[in-house]
Amino acid sequence: MILAFDALLALGLVWCAWRALSVRDLTHAVVQFVVFGLLLALAWARLAAPDIALAEAAIGAGLTGALLLDSLRASNAGAAPSPSGADIAVPTSNLAGAVRLAVWAAAVVVGAALLLAIATLPPPLIDLRAQVAGALGASGVSHAVTAVLLNFRGYDTLLEVVVLLLALLGLLACRGEHDPVATAADAPAEPLARALSRRATPVLTLTAVYVLWAGTTQPGGAFQAAALLAATAVLLHITRIVPAWERLGFARRLGAAAGVLLFLGIAAALLAEGALLRYPPAYAGSLILLIESGLTVSLALILAALFLCQTETQ
Amino acid sequence: MTALLDASSLVLLAIGALFFAAGTIGLLRFPDVYTRLHALAKVDTLGLGCVLLGLALQADNLAQALKLLLIWPLVLAASATVGYAIARRAQQISMRPWRGDDA
Repeated sequence: MILAFDALLALGLVWCAWRALSVRDLTHAVVQFVVFGLLLALAWARLAAPDIALAEAAIGAGLTGALLLDSLRASNAGAAPSPSGADIAVPTSNLAGAVRLAVWAAAVVVGAALLLAIATLPPPLIDLRAQVAGALGASGVSHAVTAVLLNFRGYDTLLEVVVLLLALLGLLACRGEHDPVATAADAPAEPLARALSRRATPVLTLTAVYVLWAGTTQPGGAFQAAALLAATAVLLHITRIVPAWERLGFARRLGAAAGVLLFLGIAAALLAEGALLRYPPAYAGSLILLIESGLTVSLALILAALFLCQTETQ
Repeated sequence: MTALLDASSLVLLAIGALFFAAGTIGLLRFPDVYTRLHALAKVDTLGLGCVLLGLALQADNLAQALKLLLIWPLVLAASATVGYAIARRAQQISMRPWRGDDA
């Protein structure tokens, strides 16, 4: 029974991915992409990885989907409307057919090689799971994923956040070169949606704090909490309660960088421990919560800025 | 007591699944956007409500059960809003409701 469900899920994933790439109407493709993300979150949940499932649903499907839809609207507003979604020139000549055949053949060969590699994978030499479980007591948290992300391999997370900060910097650097795009802001907001997003804001904020707090003992943490906060900002923005951020002021820039600064500061202060981001066990729990709180604020600001900065209303 | 809880949970889950199936068939088979919204509303209200209640009966503790039940009003509010927005937009772009095959 559960095997049938998994098979359906896998088939659904492949089908959604194929549809998202093959449909000619771009709006349809984005919707397929969002459905793909939700199915993928379900697949992660089936693989007993609820942390990744949460992140995939919130960031992969939700925020990315909203960004794609918004970009689509902005690019449609700039260009003349094209008849019946014929935005992509689909090659039809014989040469293109041969290229397509070659790509298909290459994909089949690579896929078969990957399947073979998975089937003949040797057992891992180091049992990481046992090592994590053994060291969990000294990590300051009781949820293994948080222990790995913020303690055992804290530098990975530090660099991940730096990548997101760089993405925001890139966006801010590119933005100045373009004229403000026309947005649909002239259309009146849906009154019911406005009322809902007003009432949903405290609930979403509370949920974000809960998810952050829960991260120490169960699935959750800074990334998921930040995604919830950013989604709140997006919701408030598309219902015209919060205007687009014309420019990222000093306070917002500082907030976006604060998480990394706090993380780096704690890492620098703890260098005397002998390794990067090795916490003294007595303070590990508090330090992790402090870092995660800082990261939540910064990540939320970065993710929200990716959406709210790109649409400039005039 | 446990048997009774399990039985009620099972019945609720079955009813929920039935509403989900009916709503999905409606979504696939109904002729226009307004009737499809009507079919989906049944899924969100009764279908999801029954499934969540059935799952809450199997929860380990009260906090878990209440968290499950909290999902219901949130989805109700969201789906009512989205349904209204879709219907309003459909009306704005003059999508005419289906009036039977002969109309």
